[in-house]
Amino acid sequence: MKDELKYLMALAARGRYSRRAFLGKAAAAGITGMVANTMLAKAVRAAGPKKGGTLQMGLGGGESTNSLDPALAASQVPFLYLMTAGDRLTDMSPTGEVMPRMAEKIGSSADAKVWTFTLRKGMTFHDGAPVTADDVVKTMRRHSDENAKSGALGIMGGIESVNANGDDVVFTLKSANADFPALMSDYHLIIQPGGGVDKPDAGIFSGPYKIKSFEPGVRIELEKFADYWDDSRGHYDAIEMLVINDATARNAALQSGQVQLVNQVDPKVADLLKRAPGVTVNATAGRGHYVFIMRCNAAPFDNNDLRMALKLSIDREEMVQKILSGYGSVGNDFPINKAYPLFDASIPQRTYDPEKAADYYKKSGHDGSPIILRTADGAFPGAVDAAALFQQSAAKAGIPLEIKREPNDGYWSDVWNKQPFCASYWGGRPVQDQMYTTAYLSTADWNDTAFKDPHFDELIVQARGELDQAKRKSLYSEAGLLVRDTGGAIVPMFNDFINAYSDKVAGWEDNPNQDTMNGLAGVLCWEA
Amino acid sequence: MAVHPVVKLMTQRLALGLLLLLAASVLIFVGTQILPGDVAQAILGQSATPQALANMREAMGLNDPAYVRYLHWLGAALHGDLGQSLTNGEDVAEAIGKRFGNTLFLAVVAAVIAVPTAIILGLIAVRYQGRWPDRLISGVTLATVSVPEFLLGYVVMFLLAVKYRLAPSVSTIYDTMSLGEKLHAIALPVIVLVLVVLGHMMRMTRAAILNVMQSAYVETAELKGLRPFLIIARHAFPNAISPVVNVVMINLAYLVVGVVVVEVVFVYPGMGQYLVDHVAKRDVPVVQACGLIFAAVYIILNVAADVISILANPRLRHPK
Repeated sequence: MKDELKYLMALAARGRYSRRAFLGKAAAAGITGMVANTMLAKAVRAAGPKKGGTLQMGLGGGESTNSLDPALAASQVPFLYLMTAGDRLTDMSPTGEVMPRMAEKIGSSADAKVWTFTLRKGMTFHDGAPVTADDVVKTMRRHSDENAKSGALGIMGGIESVNANGDDVVFTLKSANADFPALMSDYHLIIQPGGGVDKPDAGIFSGPYKIKSFEPGVRIELEKFADYWDDSRGHYDAIEMLVINDATARNAALQSGQVQLVNQVDPKVADLLKRAPGVTVNATAGRGHYVFIMRCNAAPFDNNDLRMALKLSIDREEMVQKILSGYGSVGNDFPINKAYPLFDASIPQRTYDPEKAADYYKKSGHDGSPIILRTADGAFPGAVDAAALFQQSAAKAGIPLEIKREPNDGYWSDVWNKQPFCASYWGGRPVQDQMYTTAYLSTADWNDTAFKDPHFDELIVQARGELDQAKRKSLYSEAGLLVRDTGGAIVPMFNDFINAYSDKVAGWEDNPNQDTMNGLAGVLCWEA
Repeated sequence: MAVHPVVKLMTQRLALGLLLLLAASVLIFVGTQILPGDVAQAILGQSATPQALANMREAMGLNDPAYVRYLHWLGAALHGDLGQSLTNGEDVAEAIGKRFGNTLFLAVVAAVIAVPTAIILGLIAVRYQGRWPDRLISGVTLATVSVPEFLLGYVVMFLLAVKYRLAPSVSTIYDTMSLGEKLHAIALPVIVLVLVVLGHMMRMTRAAILNVMQSAYVETAELKGLRPFLIIARHAFPNAISPVVNVVMINLAYLVVGVVVVEVVFVYPGMGQYLVDHVAKRDVPVVQACGLIFAAVYIILNVAADVISILANPRLRHPK
């Protein structure tokens, strides 16, 4: 490479030379835009983060009913402001490993039943009080209390007791769980002073930013917390989150420069948005997926041949192209994909096969009456269209589907988990165990497919306590196959998280755990 | 002593307005009660135990007969106590106060621009009736009134915010902003709202004045040799005020209660978005309070229209 170009790249990386001008020079030197872009991204990372500035984010998924109480967080905007202002015991790396966060050391007993988290020294809360093991214990106890209505109650169910011992927090579990440190990265489990018992929504946490002003559903202002212990997080001086629930308005705000980063880009417009000057669209393969749920205990879905017939009569490739505009990947009828640690890539991919589907359909002895599939706009983006595609591909196999469109209002209370066949979605979980425990164990509240298999339950419990990773992988592989071949979930596709940001934002790193860099875009990115 | 007919008429109108508001409050209460689903269940969620549900019902007084609950609610509302939000526990009156202030701010700014503009354009259209200024004004306002407001919003946003960057596309306002900053922030929604209400008011003004222009006294004025614009402004318009006031009030009411779509498109923190969020969460006290306020705004503006029409009518002001 020419020296001049190298020099300019270093300048551009530090924001002292315009990115577009650099790309122009690179093109003149015969380097394609894509290569030049990659080079620049590398140089930017190598140059290291720049401190200062304000990041404005335009975010979908916020309501005026949101609260600062981490226990109650359930939508995107609370997730993002909590991840920006709060800290958890552990963090998940982009590759799915557990990273120590507030706990600097994590140890377990040989049977994975007793877990000890040693707290880092010198951490303080936003009100100046030091973080103690007692705060952690109280936080965990609050989330275990049914009255707190915590979204993490399911996780806390496996804990028998939690106690402080100096700087150590000791968890004793009811049964062995090798994934326990991963569960501690849950965004509800943000450590609060005194566990947040007195005032759960006080908004005092220990993360790199503190809440400056909070108007739920409108605007959240955060400012840098000067006493944060980790210099590698929190590069902006301030972060402003604007709640923009209208997708078109969100994109316009990015294009007009009012915000520098947006979430939830509609796959249908992602390609158009890419063409806007100075805008980068990022698609990260995640673990969230869309499903058609057959309840295995309700006729006619209590017949595995019929379930197989339906699984074979859905055209997954077509769904990914038409519903996700290519921003996703095909599913394989179990809720795990390659974004999960310990995924077995050797499980064969199920494909659309109308002939085989017809055979299974005949074998099932179904009386030929139309099978009712319930769907709603709110089941997942494009759910009504997806049901129509399913109807057409199934018709080619001679299976009649009848689409019943339900109102969004009350869909989750009256249709999902009640009606025998409906459209739905699942967000990803940090580890396979949590996904299966939430929605596939016989005893799970949210076992929406009513899949009950004692052998499957055994496999999951065994894998949970297994510390040998190779053995775990094979156990999960077997469990996945069971769901794939005998379960009630039709998983046509895994959706990507799609974000877009302007050329004023540097340091983006794909993270499959959750949307918007696992909620950490604000604390890890910096001003270009 | 005989009561002055204007006083009598106004008293009647006000009493009717109050009665209407009471009827609206019954409707709102009944409406929120017949929403499918149990309120206690909606608050506690699916995993609630039967005991917790029973406690919640008891605490909320859900076991009382409906009319008792209605009277309780109405009594509290009359004292300014609108209850507490079920979803985040904030005081409803306080939370709504802020949102309602924002809604009024947007509505007032839009009205201050739209009402005079509509009336002046109406006068001009009458003055040049059938000629190009009339056609131009009528055509443009008809077009803006016919386009759905969200589309108008997106077009304005694309042109003024994305393409030329004259005004922000996100109209979020907050306390620390100065008045100038706030006005800059709401420029685009104001433009859209003005365009939406302009046509209706302008056309009504034009039609009402044209109606009066047929009268004998206008002909007299013309024969006296008065300038056409003077005739319209001084002689015809005062007699056309009554229908114009009515349509102006309807549009003002729309500016307060009907702008949910514009609020969503421009992310403006007004009442509409607040109401929609809480309906989705079955937050009954907030929904009832919003309904009551919207109904009150509508009724007050309509009563005001009636009163102004009465006052503007010389036959009622000066009885024989």
